Amino acid sequence: MSALIGVVLFPGTNCEYDVIEAIEALGARGQLIWHGDSSLGACDAVVLPGGFAHGDYLRPGAIARFSPVMAAVEDFARRGGPVVGICNGFQVLTEAHMLPGALQKNRGLTFLCQPAELEVVTSRSALTDGVEVGTRLTVPINHFEGNYTCDERTLTQLRDEDRVILRYRPNPNGSVGDIAGITNQEGNVVGLMPHPERAVDPLTGSTDGAVLLSALIRYASRAVVTATAR
Amino acid sequence: MTRFEALVEVQLRAGISDPQGATIEKALPALGFAGVSEVRSGKAFRLAVEATDEEAARQQVDDLCRRFLTNPVIEDSAVTIFGPSCS
Repeated sequence: MSALIGVVLFPGTNCEYDVIEAIEALGARGQLIWHGDSSLGACDAVVLPGGFAHGDYLRPGAIARFSPVMAAVEDFARRGGPVVGICNGFQVLTEAHMLPGALQKNRGLTFLCQPAELEVVTSRSALTDGVEVGTRLTVPINHFEGNYTCDERTLTQLRDEDRVILRYRPNPNGSVGDIAGITNQEGNVVGLMPHPERAVDPLTGSTDGAVLLSALIRYASRAVVTATAR
Repeated sequence: MTRFEALVEVQLRAGISDPQGATIEKALPALGFAGVSEVRSGKAFRLAVEATDEEAARQQVDDLCRRFLTNPVIEDSAVTIFGPSCS
């Protein structure tokens, strides 16, 4: 049976069907999960898609973090389950302290909607598993608050522990260290600003996003999710 | 229990770039405002809390700031407690 990827729908999320269509085109199964649910069902991986969860009121991700489903997502991650936050989903993961740092407004206060050139920095994550380091990918970005920031100590730690997974080449939004995506220590929780689901069909200009989502599907198919926290 | 009013001012921490504040500052000379500097943008919240005394009210608002109203990675907050207020 192909991997089942749960896609969380918060009020204001708007990329959920793009993610489901992309992963189904790549041979996995997708399933929507309502933010008010307290269980993830039988999912092999969870994606927090892009959009404006809870209207992005207060700060992007600040209110979504308290949605009932997030307790289940945190538990799933602690048990080794793959969790990927795309764009607004990345913001939710930082607000939930599942990933360090924060996303602030883009340098120059410009909303960016354009293809971004990326470089894979590590293959040690749920989204870059098996992808050769140095691979160049063109994947669209679409954000106002995508300028990743963290303190010096965290940045050093991210680099020392090989947790920066994607870098911009060149940097469109001012993020520290050209960071486009990071992972946790275990590699199973990933956040990134670019939208791989929008780069799967040749119709949209690039199919490089398929490299990342295929890696997630592979990773999810063999991830061992334990019954209790590791 | 007494009702206290609180003002929470949130601003970006020192060292975190504030493009909104910088853009406002850059626009000022063109509008005829000379000699205005150090513009920092932020947000403010007003709220009322029921607490036994001012210290307890402050603790509750501080906790609210830390866990929800601010993102401590990039923001600081200043809390002013007014009251007790009549309600």
